[in-house]
Amino acid sequence: MGFEGIGAAVKRKEDGRFLAGRGNYVDDINRPGQVYAYFKRSDRPHARILRIDTAAAAAAPGVVAVYTGADFAADGIGGLPCGWQIHSKDGSPMAEPPHPVLAQGKVRHVGDPVVAVLAETRQQAKDAAELIEIDYEDLPGTASVLDALKPGAGLVHDEAPGNVCYDWQIGDRAAVDAAFAGAARVVRLDLTNNRLVPNAMEPRAAIGECDVAGNYTLYTTSQNPHVIRLLMGAFVLHIPEHQLRVVAPDVGGGFGSKIYHYAEEALVTWAAGKLRRPVKWTAERSESFMSDAHGRDHVSTAEMALDAEGHFLALKVSTLANMGAYLSTFAPAVPTYLYATLLAGVYKTPVIYAEVKAVFTNTVPVDAYRGAGRPEATFLLERLVDAIAHDTGIDRIELRRRNFIPANAFPYQTPVALQYDSGDYETTLAAALKAADHAGFPARRQAAAAQGKLRGIGISTYLEACGIAPSAVAGALGARAGLYEVANVRVNPTGSVTVFTGTHSHGQGHETTFAQVVAEQLGVPVSQVDVVHGDTARIPFGMGTYGSRSIAVGGSALVKAMDKIVAKGKRIAAHLLEASVDDIEFKDGKFSVAGTDKSKTFGEIALTAYVPHNYPIEELEPGLDETAFYDPKNFTFPGGCHVAEVEIDRETGVVRVVNFTAVDDIGRVINPMIVEGQVHGGVAQGIGQALLEQAGYDDGGQIVSGSFMDYTMPRADNVPNIHVGTESTLCTHNPLGVKGVGEVGAIGSPPAVINAIVDALGTYGIRHLDMPATSQKIWSILQAGAPRMAAE
Amino acid sequence: MPQVTLTVNGKRHTVAVEGRTLLVEVLREKLGLTGTHIGCDTSQCGACVVHVNGDSVKSCTMLALQAEGAEVTTIEGLAKPDGTLHPMQEMFREHHALQCGYCTPGMVMSAIDLVAKHPEGLTEREIREGLDGNLCRCTGYHNIVKAVAAAWPLMHQKAMPQAAE
Repeated sequence: MGFEGIGAAVKRKEDGRFLAGRGNYVDDINRPGQVYAYFKRSDRPHARILRIDTAAAAAAPGVVAVYTGADFAADGIGGLPCGWQIHSKDGSPMAEPPHPVLAQGKVRHVGDPVVAVLAETRQQAKDAAELIEIDYEDLPGTASVLDALKPGAGLVHDEAPGNVCYDWQIGDRAAVDAAFAGAARVVRLDLTNNRLVPNAMEPRAAIGECDVAGNYTLYTTSQNPHVIRLLMGAFVLHIPEHQLRVVAPDVGGGFGSKIYHYAEEALVTWAAGKLRRPVKWTAERSESFMSDAHGRDHVSTAEMALDAEGHFLALKVSTLANMGAYLSTFAPAVPTYLYATLLAGVYKTPVIYAEVKAVFTNTVPVDAYRGAGRPEATFLLERLVDAIAHDTGIDRIELRRRNFIPANAFPYQTPVALQYDSGDYETTLAAALKAADHAGFPARRQAAAAQGKLRGIGISTYLEACGIAPSAVAGALGARAGLYEVANVRVNPTGSVTVFTGTHSHGQGHETTFAQVVAEQLGVPVSQVDVVHGDTARIPFGMGTYGSRSIAVGGSALVKAMDKIVAKGKRIAAHLLEASVDDIEFKDGKFSVAGTDKSKTFGEIALTAYVPHNYPIEELEPGLDETAFYDPKNFTFPGGCHVAEVEIDRETGVVRVVNFTAVDDIGRVINPMIVEGQVHGGVAQGIGQALLEQAGYDDGGQIVSGSFMDYTMPRADNVPNIHVGTESTLCTHNPLGVKGVGEVGAIGSPPAVINAIVDALGTYGIRHLDMPATSQKIWSILQAGAPRMAAE
Repeated sequence: MPQVTLTVNGKRHTVAVEGRTLLVEVLREKLGLTGTHIGCDTSQCGACVVHVNGDSVKSCTMLALQAEGAEVTTIEGLAKPDGTLHPMQEMFREHHALQCGYCTPGMVMSAIDLVAKHPEGLTEREIREGLDGNLCRCTGYHNIVKAVAAAWPLMHQKAMPQAAE
């Protein structure tokens, strides 16, 4: 056994089953006697339901039941709850309209579930759904926030006049206005952040089950089974926790989209109770496009006040955020506390004011997608900085350096609530420029030009916030939950260890990294550590995995639980070694009496705890099994510098990212192999956002990118090799010094790519480009911008 | 209901299917081989790739009845009976070419076919273009490309020809 502790590139424990085809995803699970659910969804963006005729469907072969919104209303089942409440500028709470499990009265987006058909086979359910007749009266629909705010726009909810969910602000407006009044120059940028579909490769799925005693089990594709148990049990179906088990087994990617409590989960569980048969539903990809929460979708204006030397004096931001047709679980938090609080970025801008209007539209609900708010803030800020460089003539890199929060300024209090604990932006910038051979770029540009290609380079120096969150802070900001994490460390009698964590791994490799943390602290080999997650019946509690919180919050809980194991182990060792507990040291898997060669191995202590023949039984319980809840003291603040180099084909407008370098400060690295993989994946999603991806709607709210045929996912030949480096400063307030790495790739990369494209198009007079920079968009610019060449 | 007889991972099966039943549905639902995944409904993602008579095939794009008499290999059929992994599986593990594992079976099956059919060697670009039919949302493809390149010499039992790079 080589070194397997913190910092080792240990190969993943989970790979064996995945590579052999022995994963256990929800759709792989079949329960005896199960029926299949199929949802008849709205094909209208906005319409009143006049009549639903399910008689023919109910009589179709194999059909067991047909349910509509009326059945839920009759059962007194309310809607899906929202987990975060935002208050508007005037102190009023956000509009929080009901979100029924199945549509009642109206449909509000294409994909809104209207009828559920349950049948003996999947095909029978689907065939029967074809026989359902629904009469609609179409209502005016909107897809964009700008249209939804126009006077006379169709109202998505009567409870939200003007389609406004909330109108929120942060920062000191008067101070910002004063700074603008005295500024040497103001630079303004209008920009959008394109709407994305998360598209985890595993479509969502759920199986509900109810036994004779009324105990329910829900198998679901979730990033946080305890949160689903709480939301669905307490707020929707009124099933007490002890009678509701939620299992999230192997989950095929989440990226945020599997955080939320969805209608289908409630339906299969509720119907399982009605029918006393298991009810299974698996989304088809077309359903994913119109029912998984989407991401991003902002329209913003940003203005920076500058002094004569280009120092940032004040930032003013106004953003319209699309909520979609209903409030998804954490949607209200995303464009507020996960976005506007990040607008200081890595810069010492002294005053900032941001206002955010959240708007209902006839589109799929929008919620957190990899990065959640921070990519939107980063894109705005890093595009604005390049626009400032463009307008003032100050070099883009020099401008950033001039405004960096210096490495000796930590802890640093921003004007938008956050206090950064650590960071060193100059170091990550310098390392990234070196790794990307920034100095050699002019020669590469020249070589590309000789081949008829336009080459550009762009950087982004970003910062984000992870490890959500100190519960009291989150609560004060509107969270309706605590955001601590839980770990139970069970040392087995023979010295192996089972960790039960409230976080959930759906690609992140926790079964390996958490085991490495155990190996580091307890000296137990990784092969002797089993990490269990995703089952409310086995794990004490937990808030799950999102916002790159697993190692920062869940890992901290793990360390705290192991601290208790070691403390108890020392008392057992003191008894066995006939020494004072204060003299016992624990190191490298051994309990020793300080200054002597007397010691007991971890395994011997474990066995003694479970076979307590010679044991301080009067003062110490047997067993070696400890649980810790960890509430973080602050967010963590990963950051760094991404450098993108692009080449544009003049003939076709196709943009290729030819080099990509990411140097990130993610705090302590547990497993560098996994860290690199996380950054690769995040960067590919960021390149996808920058170049390819757009959740498309027509003006009235009809979805026009409803499959992989018309929503462009990055494929192997769309992304380059990605150079990943780390230059870490340690988090100062959690025991591992970790910050989190899950989202940095998707946060830092989009503006780097767009900055590179704008750089490449420098001679075409382009100051800004909204994403995605499709070849059509670039081709149009090239055509319009070169009339002289065309005439020749 | 019509019947189809096919050999999957060396074992012969005869199953009753509807005319519209897809090969992937037979594998997953009739034969319990859930290693082959379904990631889309438009033949775009490649999560369902298996080998049919030695060629990689999207099993969501083939009717079960079309597989009459066919030899099918799924991800479950790659490892030797003693558990020894196929070199491609081994290299995926070695190079961290999987995260959530959902696209992995299809990706591995496509990659094996790609390498097997290119005895002359593969450039990085050819690997990337060769995997164009398989979507992965986790890895950014970087490590998958490395794993496929690393599996080539193991599968062909010789060094990758220089000319290919």
